[in-house]
Amino acid sequence: MVINILNPGRNGVADWMIQRASAVILGLYTIFMVAYMMFHPDLDYAAWSGLFSHLWMKVFTLLALLSIAAHAWVGLWIVATDYIKPAAIRFGALLFVILALFVFVVWGVQVIWGV
Amino acid sequence: MSTLQVSVYRYNPESDDAPWMQDFEIDTQGRDLMVLNVLQMIKEQDSSLVYRASCREGVCGSDGMNMNGKNGLSCVTPLSEVVKDNRLVLRPLPGLPVIRDLIIDMSLFYKQYERIQPYLQNDERPPSIERLQSPEDRDKLDGLYECILCACCSTSCPSFWWNPDKFVGPAGLLQAYRFLADSRDTHTQERLSELDDPFSVFRCRGIMNCVNVCPKGLNPTRAIGKIREMLVRNTA
Repeated sequence: MVINILNPGRNGVADWMIQRASAVILGLYTIFMVAYMMFHPDLDYAAWSGLFSHLWMKVFTLLALLSIAAHAWVGLWIVATDYIKPAAIRFGALLFVILALFVFVVWGVQVIWGV
Repeated sequence: MSTLQVSVYRYNPESDDAPWMQDFEIDTQGRDLMVLNVLQMIKEQDSSLVYRASCREGVCGSDGMNMNGKNGLSCVTPLSEVVKDNRLVLRPLPGLPVIRDLIIDMSLFYKQYERIQPYLQNDERPPSIERLQSPEDRDKLDGLYECILCACCSTSCPSFWWNPDKFVGPAGLLQAYRFLADSRDTHTQERLSELDDPFSVFRCRGIMNCVNVCPKGLNPTRAIGKIREMLVRNTA
């Protein structure tokens, strides 16, 4: 069963907490980004790459990236189990989602540590 | 003009290939009748129409139906509350199989109700008279025990429409919390462990359709929030 194999957390409580925690991290990251851009109206390449050269920024960005992956996985798993009833199609869709998220995370790590 | 245009969902699986809408003109003589009164007048015009009704005062919960798009009990819903542009559309409660006309098969609804074990469970020896409860503990059951299981809430809930076999639904969860909150019930842990999967409770997305339609003015969303809080406390 898809529910068992591709279930993100141990149970509904874990899913629920993952979704809340990742939402808080994403909220903080968004606030930080918006604030940073507001305080740097003449943002250029040097300042932008300077920001991402700090280790704390790399860690913060990676945390946000992992939060996106976790949040999207829990959310899309819920959407898929609501709306995609044929098990084979749902399995395929969820497999696509998790592969895409995996690629995004690996790619994102390369981008962040490439600075 | 006191003639009300009423459109009623008709479906008899023995003779109809598909559901259809039948139109009636009902002379209300300008009175603000209850929707059930209108149904009774329709029944005089066409006795083949079937619907459930019993107490006709919002206590038995038999005549839940969809009136101009909103679920409710037809016996306690005045025309003035639902009729728009002199038109009334009556359909069965959505999301569950139709047996005939306005009568739905509520088996899944009852199955979910049965699943939460809606009865007091206490392993301690019964006292000689009765299990006592403080007035404060008794107050915790207000807003929970009044549910009449009319299914207006669960059949207005999209989460219940998509997963009626796995999501308990607002009506069942309100009753689940009624026993979780009862100081005399000792099976809290067992009850919670039956509810911690991703579907039973957590499929609720808090859109509050249940609160919007409950004819008894109850708040299943709040009860679900309390269950979720108990589950999180239990785990974290």
